[in-house]
Amino acid sequence: MKIKFTLNKKKVTAEVESTERLIDLLRNKFQLMGTKEGCSIGECGACTILMDGKAVNSCLVLAEQIEGAEIITIEGIADGEQLHPIQENFIKAGAIQCGFCTPGMVVSSYELLNENPEPNEEEIKEAIAGNLCRCTGYKQIIDAVKISAEQLRDSK
Amino acid sequence: MSRKIIKSKYDLYEEKIETIAEVPSEKEKPLAPNSKLKYVGKDVNRYDGYDKVSGSAIYTIDKVLPNMVFARVMVSPHPHAKIKSIDVSKALKLKGVLHIITNENTSEIPWYYNTSKLFDKHLRYQGDEVACVAAETEKIAEEALSLIKVEYEIMPHVVTAESAMKENAPKIHNNGNFGRPSEYTRGNFDEGIKQADVTIEDTFTTQVEVHNPTEVHCSVVNWDGGKLTVWDSTQSIFSVRDNVAQSLGLNASDVRVVKKYMGGGFGSKLEAGKYTVMAALLAKKIGRPVKAAMNRREMNLSVGNRPDSNQTITIGTKKDGTFTAMSHIAYGVMGAYPSGSSSYWPLRSIYKCPNIKIDNKSIYINAGRARPFRAPGHVQGTFALESIIDDLALKLGMDPIELRLKNYTEVDQDGDVPYTSKLLKEAYEKGAEEIGWKNRNKIPGSQTGEIKTGIGMASQIWWGGGAPPSYATLKLNSDGSAKIFSGTQDIGTGTYTFMQQIAADVLEIPIDKVNVDLGDTGTMPYSGGSGGSMTAPSVSPAVYDAAIQMKQKLISNAAAILEVDESNLIYSSGNISSKNDSSKSIEIKDVVGKIHERVLVTTGARNENPNGYAINSFGAQFAKVEVDTMTGIVRVKKIVAAHDIGRVLNRKTLENQFYGGVIMGLGYALMENRVIDDYTGKVLTTNLHDYKMPTMQDMPDIKVIIVSEEDNLISPTGVKGIGEPAMIPTPGAIANAVFNAIGVRIKSLPITPDKILEALNSKS
Ligand code: FES
Ligand code: FES
Repeated sequence: MKIKFTLNKKKVTAEVESTERLIDLLRNKFQLMGTKEGCSIGECGACTILMDGKAVNSCLVLAEQIEGAEIITIEGIADGEQLHPIQENFIKAGAIQCGFCTPGMVVSSYELLNENPEPNEEEIKEAIAGNLCRCTGYKQIIDAVKISAEQLRDSK
Repeated sequence: MSRKIIKSKYDLYEEKIETIAEVPSEKEKPLAPNSKLKYVGKDVNRYDGYDKVSGSAIYTIDKVLPNMVFARVMVSPHPHAKIKSIDVSKALKLKGVLHIITNENTSEIPWYYNTSKLFDKHLRYQGDEVACVAAETEKIAEEALSLIKVEYEIMPHVVTAESAMKENAPKIHNNGNFGRPSEYTRGNFDEGIKQADVTIEDTFTTQVEVHNPTEVHCSVVNWDGGKLTVWDSTQSIFSVRDNVAQSLGLNASDVRVVKKYMGGGFGSKLEAGKYTVMAALLAKKIGRPVKAAMNRREMNLSVGNRPDSNQTITIGTKKDGTFTAMSHIAYGVMGAYPSGSSSYWPLRSIYKCPNIKIDNKSIYINAGRARPFRAPGHVQGTFALESIIDDLALKLGMDPIELRLKNYTEVDQDGDVPYTSKLLKEAYEKGAEEIGWKNRNKIPGSQTGEIKTGIGMASQIWWGGGAPPSYATLKLNSDGSAKIFSGTQDIGTGTYTFMQQIAADVLEIPIDKVNVDLGDTGTMPYSGGSGGSMTAPSVSPAVYDAAIQMKQKLISNAAAILEVDESNLIYSSGNISSKNDSSKSIEIKDVVGKIHERVLVTTGARNENPNGYAINSFGAQFAKVEVDTMTGIVRVKKIVAAHDIGRVLNRKTLENQFYGGVIMGLGYALMENRVIDDYTGKVLTTNLHDYKMPTMQDMPDIKVIIVSEEDNLISPTGVKGIGEPAMIPTPGAIANAVFNAIGVRIKSLPITPDKILEALNSKS
């Protein structure tokens, strides 16, 4: 079937099969390789994208479910070359190692700060607990979210 | 700079690894201390940060080539079976299926040190490869797998060491279920025990841990005539090149292995996978590029794990705590193919003891083969050793740190040579202060109340001093920009970044002028695999050497250009000028611009290790835990990691690796566990729901204290590796803290709530 949706602020259409997963649509048809597949069952968060502003695991969503939806992937978080403050702060805080979980982490952090601009540490941990990282030990990721929250508040 | 060829020696476990290497013939003046440098040791942002946060970093799993097809591997559903027949006819008829390889149409390619083949009819574990399909899409390939008909002769299985060691156990290999044993004696254990006033003996067990890096194992392969390019998610491009060339009967120079970004390895990606070779065979047949990737289930079955252990330790001491004898009798499972499972090394090396007896057995079972996993043997060995030492301290009425200090050694116990540096005492001091050691329970378990807190610690020893051969090429362009090439790989730990920092500091140029390319066997000089905490200590001196040579080359060229004697020239901030005549000055970019080829190239080499010294890293970690005695849940509140690791190259990437190692150690201590059902022989933990790994909510407060500065006896950069040390003592420290909290010893990892509750019940 044919679906229409918004992808990183552009209106697009796609021919999809009934069993096709959103992650495959994004990676295979749109070649948006920033969305990663870590577990395929909704346990690792590497495939996190925004669907109508909500962070979802794209491995658990069927492509046909996104008819009319607004989808933002990691590639749509920056403004062209200009990184979003969250992305910049991931670099500054040293929150990256192999980087495979990073796109999902950034997207989950982005949703959190949209919904809750002043999260405390517990709220950060709870919001991002669905994103697994095997390398970094998480601490600097929390730091990156904290600095970003402050920075985004100040810029408002 | 002159070079010489040496036989380079490097100790790893009982192996004395010898390689021929080219090294600088003279000892170089070391890199200045961090306090005098602009970039090294500072909080420099990582070089690959932009690519990774923007989503533009392309990993092997993301690699797409024109006309590429997909391969999927069919694996044995049985823990132990023989293939009676395979029928692929139905699968081949499926639209989009291009080719299928099995033992029937593939030549015999030896695998696992000749104990098996690429396709072996004898399947020794659930996950052993049966067939490989190439199809237009991954989905079609997957569907084709279900259409392959295999008739199996099911054989009896064994999935625990205890049952595999029995005399009448089903045999996994013709010569039985025992691998190469590790035996060692120093002095005379029995005599040592006779001299002891106090003896302690106990048995500790640890579980199988699975690496589970976030990116699955995968390769993309492409043939150009007889030449093969492999993009691989690997920690060791040169090992993959050699494995693949050998398997396919190609010249090493006809195989090019490329790795830019990879999603973690932790030891599981140090060799070529069967899938890589299968993909190459299929690609050759079909004449199109092939991508082969595992799924998470196969990751949990097939590509490595930390072996389990059953360790019985005996220690004899004098009343004052001086060790007179130690023994380590152990066994562990290495899976269905040769690997190792010994865990004795910490006991053999970290404390002073004249009489040692070691006997470790590695056992075959019908399960996925073990592979190196972040400090192989040391994590489990340290847990057991440091647990029993705390029990012994209690028995002797000594402070646990005091007992460790009583048996502190300034010389390597094997070779009787001094260490290049050892600052373990300093690590004890600083760590104890930071955790509040004096506040721990003097009597373990003495707190009242449902939630009990405890403090514990454990020590660490590892190698990680690096070794030659390792080379790096440096190019300087006429616009003043530089590029480093080296055939090592950055597995995320920060290799790109520290190389950039070192070159920028030596050449005194802005760091953003330095570019780095790694991970290509086709175009880059050799450097080793990224394992054993070896990368930074091996390649940082090579980059340093390349930069020092570049500086010298620039001065020599400037001398010719300015017509000034070299000895009268001074190099400063990317400028070369005459001491006596300030009008005679030239920027280094202009030096390069005046040279005919408009580029200067040098290749640096890792120096030779010093003779007559042992090179080890040391550290101690301290844990503070809270145990809920009603639920049995352990919460780790704080970890202090105090380590001697030589020079800090980059504080940000260093902390990142330490936090990551500590969390991995926490996962191993409290939750991670591969579970196999004894009756069916099948793995029950094949996804990330069932195989529990730490999330952000498990993260304690972690404090990293580095007690060392540069160790210039090792190399001019004075670096020791940090990847493994970061994890080694964590489970031991947590276990000791749990004991300090509840007063009962949990002798088996992971420390799950049921074990705590059972222990508390049996105490009361
Ligand atoms: S791949 Fe979707 S949550 Fe892991
Ligand atoms: S950085 Fe490797 S998984 Fe998070």
